[in-house]
Amino acid sequence: MTSATRLKDHAVSFSSSRTPNQRPEFAILSDEEIGESYRLMRLIRRFEERAEESYTRGLIHGTMHLSIGQEAVAVGIVGALKPHDTITSTHRGHGHSIAKGADPARMFAEFFGKSTGYCGGRGGSMHIADVEAGNLGANGIVGGGLPIAVGAGLSAKMRKSHQVCVCFFGDGASNEGAFHEALNMASIWKLPVVFVCENNKYGMSMDISRASAVPDIAKRAVAYAMPGITVDGNDLALTRATAVEAIERARRGEGPTLIECKTYRIRGHSKSDRNLYRTKEEIESWRAQCPIERFKAEALDLGRIDAKAFDDIDAGVEAEIESAIAFAIESPMPDPTRLTDDVYAESLPHHA
Amino acid sequence: MFTLKVFPIMRELTYAEAIREALSQAMEADPTVFTLGEDIGVYGGAFGVTGDLVHRFGTERVIDTPISELGMAGAAVGAALTGMKPVLELQFSDFVTLATEQIVNQAAKIRFMFGGKASVPLVIRMPGGSGTGAAAQHSQSLEAWFGHIPGLKVVQPSTPHDAKGLLLAAIDDPNPVLIFEHKLLYRMKGPVPEEAYREPIGKAAIRREGRDVTIVATSMMAIRSLAAAERLAAEGIDAEVIDLRTIRPMDTEAVLKSVRKTSRLMVVYEGVKTLGVGAEVSAAVAESDAFDFLDAPIVRLGGKDVPLPYNPILEKAAVPQEDEIVNAARRLVREGRV
Repeated sequence: MTSATRLKDHAVSFSSSRTPNQRPEFAILSDEEIGESYRLMRLIRRFEERAEESYTRGLIHGTMHLSIGQEAVAVGIVGALKPHDTITSTHRGHGHSIAKGADPARMFAEFFGKSTGYCGGRGGSMHIADVEAGNLGANGIVGGGLPIAVGAGLSAKMRKSHQVCVCFFGDGASNEGAFHEALNMASIWKLPVVFVCENNKYGMSMDISRASAVPDIAKRAVAYAMPGITVDGNDLALTRATAVEAIERARRGEGPTLIECKTYRIRGHSKSDRNLYRTKEEIESWRAQCPIERFKAEALDLGRIDAKAFDDIDAGVEAEIESAIAFAIESPMPDPTRLTDDVYAESLPHHA
Repeated sequence: MFTLKVFPIMRELTYAEAIREALSQAMEADPTVFTLGEDIGVYGGAFGVTGDLVHRFGTERVIDTPISELGMAGAAVGAALTGMKPVLELQFSDFVTLATEQIVNQAAKIRFMFGGKASVPLVIRMPGGSGTGAAAQHSQSLEAWFGHIPGLKVVQPSTPHDAKGLLLAAIDDPNPVLIFEHKLLYRMKGPVPEEAYREPIGKAAIRREGRDVTIVATSMMAIRSLAAAERLAAEGIDAEVIDLRTIRPMDTEAVLKSVRKTSRLMVVYEGVKTLGVGAEVSAAVAESDAFDFLDAPIVRLGGKDVPLPYNPILEKAAVPQEDEIVNAARRLVREGRV
């Protein structure tokens, strides 16, 4: 399967802008980055749509949390990282993993509970991880990744590895004590961590306006003496530009940043959600703000990339998803006699 | 003609000094080992365990944390996941309640949940136990909670020798290891070799061999049981004392072997008796062939079903004391029940 193409140095790609009248956030994207960012968003969208369909058809056991409508956050932010950088993710983390280079075939295999999945069928949708590749794991606990990201940042600083850790979490997690402890520790120790709050308006059914005393989570950054920025999370170019700056700051040793990406979860919280807490009109108004369509339209309007190229990317994504599902279906189930393997490690693995 | 064999007298250290020496030797040998916790820097730790380490290794490897147990436990998990070997000190083991999310949901499960492709070589040291008048929120013995979690190892050293050897083994271990130290033991002195030696995790120590009754104990209770055994010996009762040292994984084979010999079993532990370590030891015997060797019912002496009280008379009444162990063992051997 394909792995995500790594973005080139942004300072170099700046010169690739060739169209006048583009906003600066878009101008810094190279043509290659535009194509790749679109491809990844499309891949995430189609991955989740097909996962949902597989669930409906009874092929997937358990639940899953879809990030449809939030793809620009994952791709915008992770695209600003270098391959050896790390991320911590959430229960709604399929997009983060794919943006970090996860193979959709092994992700589908995990969803289907197969031994070829990322976790050998032991984790499922909520625990996709690839530590060697810098994905320190999705997390079933709201806020669980926040202190872990602090540890990854501390470790990078101690090992002088120049790695940055991006910590994804939701608006719901911002009300956990872990948020306070993690942001404070990262700031006092000036750790290379970028905290990315994916504010999709709801913690399950709880509207952020009822759950948080301040409407903008980024305002809380003041309490930790770090920059706090609120951006339109459905604007890929803007999330990318914001991430580039925060990541560079972290890599220079100047400490963490809190980026709040305002976005919207089009699907329910999980498969049991009946949308009793929001209106159809609200969902439709956000559907019109689809980050993938917005990005594509802007690129087409500017003439940065033509319609044929987008069609080719779409076709490539369809083929990749198709073969990924086939791989998952054909893969073997785990062996129950190996159930208790890997509860404990026998020896330390080689660390990157 | 006879030859006089001269054995060098082994140097003695306190339990706290032995832990500090283990930390120091591990940090000297491996640059990825570091320690973090509250007031472990210039203060030297609330119980003086880290002492002068900060002056020898600097503030980057002996890290004072804010009072954020969940945050520091998570920071240790994240660092362990990415190539470091953190040794976290929690000031009192009671405060582990604030860090439980990271220990139970994250550290313990990451390896299995990620399909065996990651590990968390993390050590958490924390003092437990009563006897200092610290009352209900600073005196608990919560080790059995964590003994219930697959993916964790749970260690309870009772001597300076084991405090050093088990800590060095824990630092080498690729899994999360929780070490419940005991506040009353920090000043206890004992022989400690100077070299960096390891004591195996998961192996009990037979502190005293005997034929009449097996006393299985942990931590401070192993010390009390050994003292009780000496008094029992004066009465003609020969007790075997097994110090479990590790409750997960538990060395049940050592217990079964002893019970087959003595035919009587007593389990002594400081944690609350109900659903505690004693239940696991008893069940291991009940489920095995050693059950056939029993001549009397199994006896458990554990903490009473109360929060630890402040008043010293009440505090003593809440956990097994030496007299209680002596009396229970005597009745078990002489009368076949307690």
